[in-house]
Amino acid sequence: MPKLTVDGVEVEVEAGSTVLQACEAAGREIPRFCYHERLSIAGNCRMCLVEMEKSPKPIASCAMPAGDGMVIHTNTPTVKKAREGVMEFLLINHPLDCPICDQGGECDLQDQALAYGRGRSRYDENKRAVREKNMGPLIKTIMTRCIHCTRCIRFATEIAGVQEIGAINRGENMEITTYLEQAVTSELSGNVVDLCPVGALTSKPYAFAARPWELRKTESIDVQDAVGSNIRVDARGREVMRVLPRLNEAINEEWINDKTRHAVDGLQRQRLDQPYVRRDGKLQPASWSDAFAAIAARLKGLDGTRIAAIAGDLACAESQLALKDLMDGLGSPNIDCRQDGAKIDASCRAGYVFNSTIAGIEAADAILIVGSNPRWEAALVNARIRKRWLAGEVAIGVIGEARDLTFDYEHLGTDAATLGKIADGSHAFAKRLKDAERPMLILGQGAISGDNGAAVLAAARAIAEATGMVGEEWNGFNMLHNAAGRVAGLDLGLVPGEGGRDVQGILAGAAAGEIDAVYLLGADEIDMQKLGSAFVIYQGTHGDAGAHRADVILPGAAYTEKNATWVNTEGRPQLGRRAVFPPGEAREDWTIIRALSDQLQAGLAYRDLREVRIRMAEIAPTFAATDMVAENPWGEFGTAGELGDAALVSPIEDFYLTNPIARASRIMAECSALNLANEKATGTHG
Amino acid sequence: MLKDSDRIFTNLYGQHDWRLAGAKKRGIWDNTKALLDIGQDELIGMVKESGLRGRGGAGFPTGLKWSFMPKKSDGRPNYLIVNADESEPGTCKDREILRFDPHRLLEGCLIAGFAMRAIACYIYIRGEFVNEAHHLQAAIDEAYEAGLIGKNACGSGYDFDIYLHRGAGAYICGEETALIESLEGNKGQPRLKPPFPANVGVWGCPSTVNNVESIAVVPEILRRGPSWFAGIGRPNNVGTKIFCISGHVNRPCNVEEEMGIPLKELIEKHAGGVRGGWDNLLAVIPGGSSVPCLPKSICDNVLMDFDSLKEVKSGLGTAAVIVMDKSTDIIQAIARLAHFYKHESCGQCTPCREGTGWMWRVLERMAKGQAEKSEIDLLLDVSYQVEGHTICALGDAAAWPVQGLIRHFRHVIEARIDDAKSAAAA
Amino acid sequence: MSATTEAAAPFAFTAENLALAKKHIAKYPEGRQASAVLPLLDLAQRQNDNYLSQEAIRHVASMLDMPFIRVWEVATFYTMFNLVPVGKHFLQLCRTTPCWLRGSDALEKVIRDKLGIRSGETTADGQFSLLEVECLGGCVNAPVVQINDDYYEDLTPESFEAVLDALARGEKPPHGPQVKRLNSAPEGDRTTLLEEAGEG
Repeated sequence: MPKLTVDGVEVEVEAGSTVLQACEAAGREIPRFCYHERLSIAGNCRMCLVEMEKSPKPIASCAMPAGDGMVIHTNTPTVKKAREGVMEFLLINHPLDCPICDQGGECDLQDQALAYGRGRSRYDENKRAVREKNMGPLIKTIMTRCIHCTRCIRFATEIAGVQEIGAINRGENMEITTYLEQAVTSELSGNVVDLCPVGALTSKPYAFAARPWELRKTESIDVQDAVGSNIRVDARGREVMRVLPRLNEAINEEWINDKTRHAVDGLQRQRLDQPYVRRDGKLQPASWSDAFAAIAARLKGLDGTRIAAIAGDLACAESQLALKDLMDGLGSPNIDCRQDGAKIDASCRAGYVFNSTIAGIEAADAILIVGSNPRWEAALVNARIRKRWLAGEVAIGVIGEARDLTFDYEHLGTDAATLGKIADGSHAFAKRLKDAERPMLILGQGAISGDNGAAVLAAARAIAEATGMVGEEWNGFNMLHNAAGRVAGLDLGLVPGEGGRDVQGILAGAAAGEIDAVYLLGADEIDMQKLGSAFVIYQGTHGDAGAHRADVILPGAAYTEKNATWVNTEGRPQLGRRAVFPPGEAREDWTIIRALSDQLQAGLAYRDLREVRIRMAEIAPTFAATDMVAENPWGEFGTAGELGDAALVSPIEDFYLTNPIARASRIMAECSALNLANEKATGTHG
Repeated sequence: MLKDSDRIFTNLYGQHDWRLAGAKKRGIWDNTKALLDIGQDELIGMVKESGLRGRGGAGFPTGLKWSFMPKKSDGRPNYLIVNADESEPGTCKDREILRFDPHRLLEGCLIAGFAMRAIACYIYIRGEFVNEAHHLQAAIDEAYEAGLIGKNACGSGYDFDIYLHRGAGAYICGEETALIESLEGNKGQPRLKPPFPANVGVWGCPSTVNNVESIAVVPEILRRGPSWFAGIGRPNNVGTKIFCISGHVNRPCNVEEEMGIPLKELIEKHAGGVRGGWDNLLAVIPGGSSVPCLPKSICDNVLMDFDSLKEVKSGLGTAAVIVMDKSTDIIQAIARLAHFYKHESCGQCTPCREGTGWMWRVLERMAKGQAEKSEIDLLLDVSYQVEGHTICALGDAAAWPVQGLIRHFRHVIEARIDDAKSAAAA
Repeated sequence: MSATTEAAAPFAFTAENLALAKKHIAKYPEGRQASAVLPLLDLAQRQNDNYLSQEAIRHVASMLDMPFIRVWEVATFYTMFNLVPVGKHFLQLCRTTPCWLRGSDALEKVIRDKLGIRSGETTADGQFSLLEVECLGGCVNAPVVQINDDYYEDLTPESFEAVLDALARGEKPPHGPQVKRLNSAPEGDRTTLLEEAGEG
């Protein structure tokens, strides 16, 4: 642990720290543009220059390893002059267009010019103008503003794993671009906008939409996948203007994927803002009481076994609890939160969560990915695996599709039979897992959604047990979910009760006339054709598949419009917070079901959110510990059986269009079209 | 004046056969095995003892540099890299070694590589030197053919490969870490130091980058003994050196002379004197474009070595003497150099990327007198804002010529501005 | 791993150049084939009439398993890559101070008057292109013009014009000093290396 003196203050820092970090430890602020703690050190902006005794020149503190006995000065005339000089150089070719720049108000250059600049320019020559570059539908470029910090290049190359952004030419003609100005083919591309310290890369969908000081900022949770990325929702009036990442080292670090960031225009489109009732074959606007009355009329006298409910992928815990309680009250055991038919065994929590935790990926030394394309199912889990891979010394194997995951892996096979061979130890990768200190298995929903799903699950458990994945300190068995609502549904028991039907059973029952009424809580991913002539209640936010099939529509609140809980794939409950009110007559979802329950004489006990949450914690104590990951005892799950040779395929065909919000988003539609065109052009996936 | 018998580069002008047969006649590859038998650490000791300082511009003691290389491998091989990316304006000495004495260089590579326990040497030659590269490649092929390099080089039991690598047009690749980046297939952008190349060089392996001339003189130093070399010149500034004399002299040329030769003697003896006589001298840039120019008054007496030129706030650099007579527009001459640095800046770090263009633009205006006198100090200040604030020395190299101009010729700039103003008024 | 396969590329190395390319790649340690990017781009440019096309860049990138953007960065960083087609005789006129002091301006005027082109331009007949370049490293033989691979040195407007005329006639005038002089030795009698008995 080197000890340094910074401006007379002695500090001790961790070995491997930089002088910049030591200065910060000593309470000194060091201005910087190119330095970013999650990216490799470039040392190119020269803003962080400090003086070091015995060095004839000022040093770049971001790049200099802290050494024992170094004496650093950050407040000398030399340092001040150096900063003023760099600041002046950065500004001579930077346009003075702050009033029309989207970075205005949150611009590092603006802030630091104020703090460290000279106040007036001595530059009398013509300023440089740089042509804009096309970087796709998400990133707007105003390259004249670029200060060449190369953060975007380093992010794309290092974190996103796509070598597509670069700096061409040299000297003052150096320009950031993509090859032949093609869009960046990364699901994480939007992060370069956050990283850009100036207004060179800004958000294209958000262009000229708002100023930061006009926005109401709400800390919340993303539901576009089951990662549970921490986000900040910026709203103006009733409209969500943008979504930004919030730092959470355990989950998303400081990144979010492009769907999380840019699907939000879908919140304004195709919204269900009032109840509807189907009359004469057509959906007609209705009042809440009419809608409830229509439901009550249809359900009246129905035996509980003829009623069913399916919870969708974005459903919050509160509404799922209410739905489950309602179905219990109606005497129906036919409930399921697994739209995709995944053969998850809800009786053992360790069997359906990501036990190692996302951050735990960094500790793994052998990783087996089964039936999953983590890049699309959980982009930030994928980024974490890439981070682990970059650190070296890790064996990664994939069973399933051989996609570009941004890291190298061994493609072990495409079908469940390969999994069987690992389970029985006859495959070489079994030894890799066995020899590893912290082996890890990542099981995607695609692997367990087929007829052999339960057998695949059992085989995965067998591998975990046979290769020593499960121990006191480490549980390497990980289920990777892609639906934000799924783990909460499983925790709350939204699986068929005694003699009850699962999703397949419900659909089969509806088709066969054995199920008369189906309650879809934001469930849009099932085959609506199979619902036959059943009476369909759709509660949700968008005019998507479910609403089109519905007999009654109950307009609910999107994730940005309610205070609600989601449990991520790790089993970590997190609170989303209301940033705006739901549109029109739409209501928070649990309150809808609560109100309906009164009409159906199946009255739910809770009256407010606090009571809902108390009830949730009674059913699943994990809900009491928000933001925490519980330890889940190992147990039995899955059913050993024939694995067969069907290919294991990821459930996500199009990353950009996985849910009703994303499907309503123009931006996502544009990204999707571009992505399809790219796949066609290159013949590669992902 | 240096005796011919003390000259190392006996085929400097290409008057003899540059191929292996001719090289052998000049004593090259003469029992090289015996030199290798001296032993690795002893060889480094001898080079230290000779007082040889790097001939590429910075003048760092060569033997000391060699001693930084790991003596025990941690599994990574050591590499020798020869910097033949000769691009400093005024400088064209390595070119002569490359095309007319390639075997002298190759023998030096083997010895230096052996001393530093390198498994191979890469010679990075500037891309424009196409014909020079042909000669060098032919010499490499001959040396392999004759068993002088490659497996069991010179029968020493030591395996050593030499590869030629051509650049593609970038002055900055003469900076050692930019050269390494370029050799790895990247843009030639200098690396942050530490780590230094002797620790982490090409492909992450310990590497030493030496100038062509530095390596090429080594065999002769070893054959004649370090004290022979150390006995030429002045203390701390020893040995022979190839000087390039260009510009306004009657007979521009390259010549190998002893270190510390008076500038005036160098020009008058070898280059036929300043055009129009010594009194017609305006200024000299004594060490390649990167060092500040000197006015005639200093040129009258200054000696051509590291310490003497440092004393007069210039430098020996590459020992490329650019002579300017009184007909020279000195502002334009320096503006031309400023353009060079603007053109060659890699663009990586802020002060150089932005500052070189700024200085050039101001100088271009000043050359026309289209400036205010207050801008002279502004220009000087900008040069100080570049100097010492960049990743590599190109920033310094761009700043010094400007500082030299203002130091010695401020009155010329002022007069130019005055003239332009009165012309405009008239 | 992304974007590695391309539709049929119109550029491919000839068999002879492919062998050369492989020889270049073999100079570098296993897995360090990116080191060969400069030699391969140069080879591609030579095969392609001194013009480095996008197709050629892509070909080299796939051959070396490098991302296109990295090769594009390289191709735009180094000045010797011609990213637009150039004429049969590619004139690179050095304008840096040592050449400027000895008359490079006059040579530029010769080109302008005789060929009617400026830096970056090509004659209508595609015979000559001009690029003003920085120091070529032939300073004691200034002024220097590089024509394709060869340095023409110690030029005067008259001798340069003669070189251009010869080229236009389809001849290849001898390169090197265009005055009576042995390489970088001073014109006239040498001042050094006079007593060289028994040598080459």
